[in-house]
Amino acid sequence: MKFAPRAGHAFVAGYLVLLAAFGIVPVGYAIYFAFTSTSNYWAGLSNFTAAARDFRYLPAVEHVGLYLVIWLVALVVFVTGLALVLHQLPARRISRLVRFLYYLPGALAGAASVMVWLFMLDPTVSPAASFLRLLGYGTFGLVIEPGHLAILFAMIAFWTGAGGWIVVMYGALNNIPLDVIDAARIDGSNGWQVARRIQIPMLRKWIVYMVILAFAAGTQLFVEPQLISQASNGVAGRDYSLNQLSYDFAFQNNNVNYAAAISVELLVVSLVVAAVFVTRSRFFDAD
Amino acid sequence: MALVIRAVRALSQLRPSRTRLAAAVGVAALVAGTVAACGNGSSSGGGHSSGGMKDGFTQAPQSSGPLTVWVDSTRMPAAQAYQKAHPDVKLHIVSYDGDANGSNSLQTKVDLYNRTGTGWPDVVWSTQNNELSWAVSAGFAAPLNEGLIPNSTLSNFATGALDPCTVNGKVYCLRNDLAMVVLWYNATLMKQWGYQVPTTWPQYQQLGEEVARQHPGYIVGNAGDTFTPEIYMWASQCQANGITGLRAVSVNVTSPDCTRMASLLDTLIKAGSMSRLGVFNTAFTKSEKGKVLMLPGPAWFGGAVFNTPSGLNTPKGQIAIAPIPQWPGSASPSTGNVGGGTWLLSAHSAHLREAVDFLTWVTTDNGYQADLAPGYPAYAPAATAWLANQAKSGYYASDISAVLQQAAGQVWSGWGYGQFSQEAIWAATVDPGLTAGKSIVSMLPAWQSAIAQHAQADGYQVSQ
Repeated sequence: MKFAPRAGHAFVAGYLVLLAAFGIVPVGYAIYFAFTSTSNYWAGLSNFTAAARDFRYLPAVEHVGLYLVIWLVALVVFVTGLALVLHQLPARRISRLVRFLYYLPGALAGAASVMVWLFMLDPTVSPAASFLRLLGYGTFGLVIEPGHLAILFAMIAFWTGAGGWIVVMYGALNNIPLDVIDAARIDGSNGWQVARRIQIPMLRKWIVYMVILAFAAGTQLFVEPQLISQASNGVAGRDYSLNQLSYDFAFQNNNVNYAAAISVELLVVSLVVAAVFVTRSRFFDAD
Repeated sequence: MALVIRAVRALSQLRPSRTRLAAAVGVAALVAGTVAACGNGSSSGGGHSSGGMKDGFTQAPQSSGPLTVWVDSTRMPAAQAYQKAHPDVKLHIVSYDGDANGSNSLQTKVDLYNRTGTGWPDVVWSTQNNELSWAVSAGFAAPLNEGLIPNSTLSNFATGALDPCTVNGKVYCLRNDLAMVVLWYNATLMKQWGYQVPTTWPQYQQLGEEVARQHPGYIVGNAGDTFTPEIYMWASQCQANGITGLRAVSVNVTSPDCTRMASLLDTLIKAGSMSRLGVFNTAFTKSEKGKVLMLPGPAWFGGAVFNTPSGLNTPKGQIAIAPIPQWPGSASPSTGNVGGGTWLLSAHSAHLREAVDFLTWVTTDNGYQADLAPGYPAYAPAATAWLANQAKSGYYASDISAVLQQAAGQVWSGWGYGQFSQEAIWAATVDPGLTAGKSIVSMLPAWQSAIAQHAQADGYQVSQ
């Protein structure tokens, strides 16, 4: 016990080194690039305005915005709903099995789980081919037509990421004291009323936490459109998201400064949204 | 299978996680700093020159060690054949997407290596002919005609073959193959149905409409590839890619030279004898096997589309070629060109002697170019041997030499090699509309503005 503080510092130090190397230093570096010109002079906001005037910028903002709306709504509704259902399951065994199944896709590493979807979406190889044909999508090109992309990316992101959150929510539900729920039941509440009046309000902080992280991840949409773009030979998903545009600025148009400007914008937006959610939900208040 | 390969290639292009781009750039910078700090004091390996200005560029200190070459899956046999012929050379073969379809992967990686100051491959293959638009100014491509490769070798490349490799009189890459567009057709079916091979585009359209009526399900072409404009629009002398200077392009795709071809494609797509799928699409292979009557396409279609188990796998003795049809009244015959990629040598190579030997071998030696290569070699002596091999194989219904040799000199020179990828622009702008049933004619204005916007983003002056 005597060494506990030192051990604690050692653990935190490891994290701090990684945070500095892969978080703080790159952010500082990006900010430096965002406010300087290619010849390293102070550039003010010119990188930001020039990047925003690019013909790919507004469409990318629209794409990411639409994707975020679909994804965040689906995430909140389905994760909370499924966690509640899971929590109501009477048989422990089934509950454990279902939790495992939910979590399974999350065990695949990022790009690999998107790969699975390339096969799902191509009617020539998809196990769901007959379903896709039933909807009138006989070829890969029809499945990935531009209007479908936001929904497809939201589906992929939900499939790869929601399972972990369902397990987290389930854990949070287990933390709600049983006597509160019992009291409600004695007062005559049914399952829906318990969920609506007790469980969901008590899950609020977890939901806020999920939305903050999901928002930050969602604005950085990259792997899904990039993979679809590669698999479709560039027909769909090229320059779809802001992060892809940033990538193209850096590596195709040879302009790291514009790329950094977009990265900084994404960082600022995520921070602002997180701040709003944290203050509005009184995230750090003690119960 | 094609999808699996594409998907795996795609995966190899990606960064492992959703890390912020800033993080990637930042890490690259950290590495760059470290490498620069370490690199200053290091000495070169023994027995070689210490670098400096030579052969027209500043060379890195030379050392021994494995030669790193990057190839795509189609060019893998070239690297393997070199290794087999040179068992004592230590070769490190890396497979990558070959920059296909304008994926830009080569430039992306070279940009990163330029930042880190290390990592460049010694020799790299690209399916694209426009790499020099960035590779010279990025200091990556080494000049070859200033001492590295003798003029006697360079002069044996077909006339004009090294044009995409030449900037201000210096040759910065070697052309792998010529990819002039010809008309592939199934001679057996044509004879059986009593059709004449069309020599003009109106004849071609008429035959396409007839096929749609008389033999529904059979096709006379396809319009679903990213390189579809390089087959049809280029052959039609459409002003989509008129590179007029180092950073200047002239674009006018709503002119009659373009609309005549666009409406021909629209008519045949509507009739049903022009497929909307790409030749490497699994759905195309599945649905069009045995159903291709004609297929305008580059010289490498023979090996890469018809005579391959992963493609149409057409039996021996059926496929023949004819010159691409012409528009009546055009002054001289013209055709398009699809790739026929290039090999680049890194100016940073520490193994120049070995790298030059590899580069020369894969582009000129019959061991690869005549015996294994799927396309028409750009190196003239190898082309002669390649044609003899094709005739010997007995795959084609008739000799293909004369048509290919003639077409090689007819590629329209009004279509240049800019930094922006025409393939990527067409894929993103026209392909989705085509799938959704829109006509190509109706999408020409959108194509026009997409080309202009991408060109401007790359710093081009655009005249429209």
